[in-house]
Amino acid sequence: MTDLAPAFTTASTTGPDPHGHWGRFGGRFVPEALIAALDELDVARAEAFADPAFTDELSRMSREYAGLPSLLYDATRLSEVAGARILLKREDLNHTGAHKIRNVLGQALLTRRMGKTRVIAETGAGQHGVATATAAAYLGLECRVYMGEEDTRRQALNVVRMRMLGAEVVPVRSGSRTLKDAMNDALREWVATVDHTHYLIGSAAGPHPFPALVRDFCRGIGDEARAQSLELLGRLPDAVCACVGGGSNSIGIFTAFVPDESVRLYGFEAGGDGFQTGRHAATITAGQVGVLHGARSYLLQDEDGQTIESHSISAGLDYPGVGPEHAFLHDTGRATYAPVSDAEAMEAFQLLTRTEGIIPAVESAHAVAGALKVAKELGPDAVLVVNLSGRGDKDMDTAARWFDLLDEPAAEEGS
Amino acid sequence: MSERIIQPSAPGVGATFAKAKEEGRSVLIGYLPAGFPSYDGAISAFRAMVDAGVDIVEVGLPYSDPTMDGPTIQAAADQALRGGIRTKDVLRTVEAVASFGIPALVMTYWNPIERYGVERFAHDLASAGGAGLITPDLIPEEAGEWIAASDATGLDRVFLVALSSTDERLRITADACRGFVYAASVMGVTGARAQTSKGAPDLIDRVREVTDLPIGVGLGVSNGDQAAEVAGYADAVIVGSAFVRRILDAPDEAAAGVGELARDLAAGVRRRVL
Repeated sequence: MTDLAPAFTTASTTGPDPHGHWGRFGGRFVPEALIAALDELDVARAEAFADPAFTDELSRMSREYAGLPSLLYDATRLSEVAGARILLKREDLNHTGAHKIRNVLGQALLTRRMGKTRVIAETGAGQHGVATATAAAYLGLECRVYMGEEDTRRQALNVVRMRMLGAEVVPVRSGSRTLKDAMNDALREWVATVDHTHYLIGSAAGPHPFPALVRDFCRGIGDEARAQSLELLGRLPDAVCACVGGGSNSIGIFTAFVPDESVRLYGFEAGGDGFQTGRHAATITAGQVGVLHGARSYLLQDEDGQTIESHSISAGLDYPGVGPEHAFLHDTGRATYAPVSDAEAMEAFQLLTRTEGIIPAVESAHAVAGALKVAKELGPDAVLVVNLSGRGDKDMDTAARWFDLLDEPAAEEGS
Repeated sequence: MSERIIQPSAPGVGATFAKAKEEGRSVLIGYLPAGFPSYDGAISAFRAMVDAGVDIVEVGLPYSDPTMDGPTIQAAADQALRGGIRTKDVLRTVEAVASFGIPALVMTYWNPIERYGVERFAHDLASAGGAGLITPDLIPEEAGEWIAASDATGLDRVFLVALSSTDERLRITADACRGFVYAASVMGVTGARAQTSKGAPDLIDRVREVTDLPIGVGLGVSNGDQAAEVAGYADAVIVGSAFVRRILDAPDEAAAGVGELARDLAAGVRRRVL
């Protein structure tokens, strides 16, 4: 049997260079005040990944606490509809219900190793906030989560979850009061608390070394899926599909496959109302190169370089930027990025639910919807690995409204 | 090779520091975002600053995601952007302010410059009579294109040093600066503070070890007494949020409020607390 004990390595074969650049992307565009902390983090991660005491402990936590490795599931009824064989990487079955537990356990353990006692995080829908609060409770760290005021209203249940876990939730009232502003406020606080606080960033974005750090904690998704595919099929899959917001689940599943030239990599962005409408979060498809939140990548911006607000039915993909390594994979042509509209995603959401009895996160439904298109293109002999990055319990409210599932009295505004 | 386009009317940053040194005082630098409280209102406020004794001005380029600014400057930038301020309007503001006969630098986050085109912005800034750029989220390692463009146009380039900077980084950063070095004297965002930084004098000593450039201290100064204290160890006292606060509190008397504060600060930098 293939050994699937989680292994943690830095993926030096896929970059970045020592200054955090993938080609023209990445780098550090932050106040000088943060550079010392970023340097410290960069040294600490290199030492930690080289230290069996750290990697063994993280492996143990991943196995015993998070439930890893996650299953690779042969979705036969979905495959019949799709017209190609679809294997689902079941990250939705992880503790807290998403791939995010991999990143937060890794960074929280690293926080403790650096002698810091506190973490801060930004969150959109609250999933990364809940995961961070979970890891902080598990490892005995103080935790504060910045969340846009709009989002605290839309995702009140996750606010309660975080508070139950002992985290402080700070509603952000600046700018558009959503994820990007939560990230701004987390960065603002971090400048002042950096000596004892780690900024536990939730995506493969931000200044170097965060994009590489988050990737390396998430790359187990792809390492496992690759080994599981070889065991199940005796060969590699033809394609790997994932949704892309900031890009942690997608870079997590892509990384192991990047050197396998026969494997096509597809990243599906949130097309919102349709990317032609301007109301979307399809950063690579429709954005331009620029600098946001500490790195150069693609972003949604106007002629003057002011950030444009993104739109998506999926809060986890509703972000006007994208991790720099994705920008690089796009430029080199190694991965293909395409938009999936709200409507397409919700159709796939229902299809997976009805054919397999699996309710995906709306984010992950974008990957499923994209895979349906790829399946048509590649035909019946093709095998697609699709990253089911999270479960959909959190999205029942969205589903109820989209499919009009509630009886009249309960369907009123204010959820 | 170099193409100097500085208009002759405004003295350079270097000359301004030299003159203040002769007078045995520190330089006073005042900041406001362009377009705040309005396009014309900002220019009137800068006029009031200069009339009251501000030596150099920083014209802020309002940006949607100002991660180094506290609530005061965020509010001003939001207001300016809602009012429709564009990058080209910032350049027009610089042109107007430079005509008052003082050096005008643009203080900006990096993305708007990259979007405008680094070389093109440098050319247009120099043509407008601007003295250079202060770049709070650009470190010298990422600034290759800007260093080349500022060399070609003769513009000053001011990078920031911080309390957390190592000696090696102080040297790298100061070496890349032209005009002066900006010392961020507290670990935190912009905003007026009741007390000035305790760590600042030590940071200034460390910067002087690695450079002969003048050093300006910013973050937290809001009155003449604090200015006098900072003038005791710094070559320039930089004030931003306190000016913005005056305008937020009394928008109808923007220029008067800014002028009053500027007079207090200008007196402060002339009575150094040594």
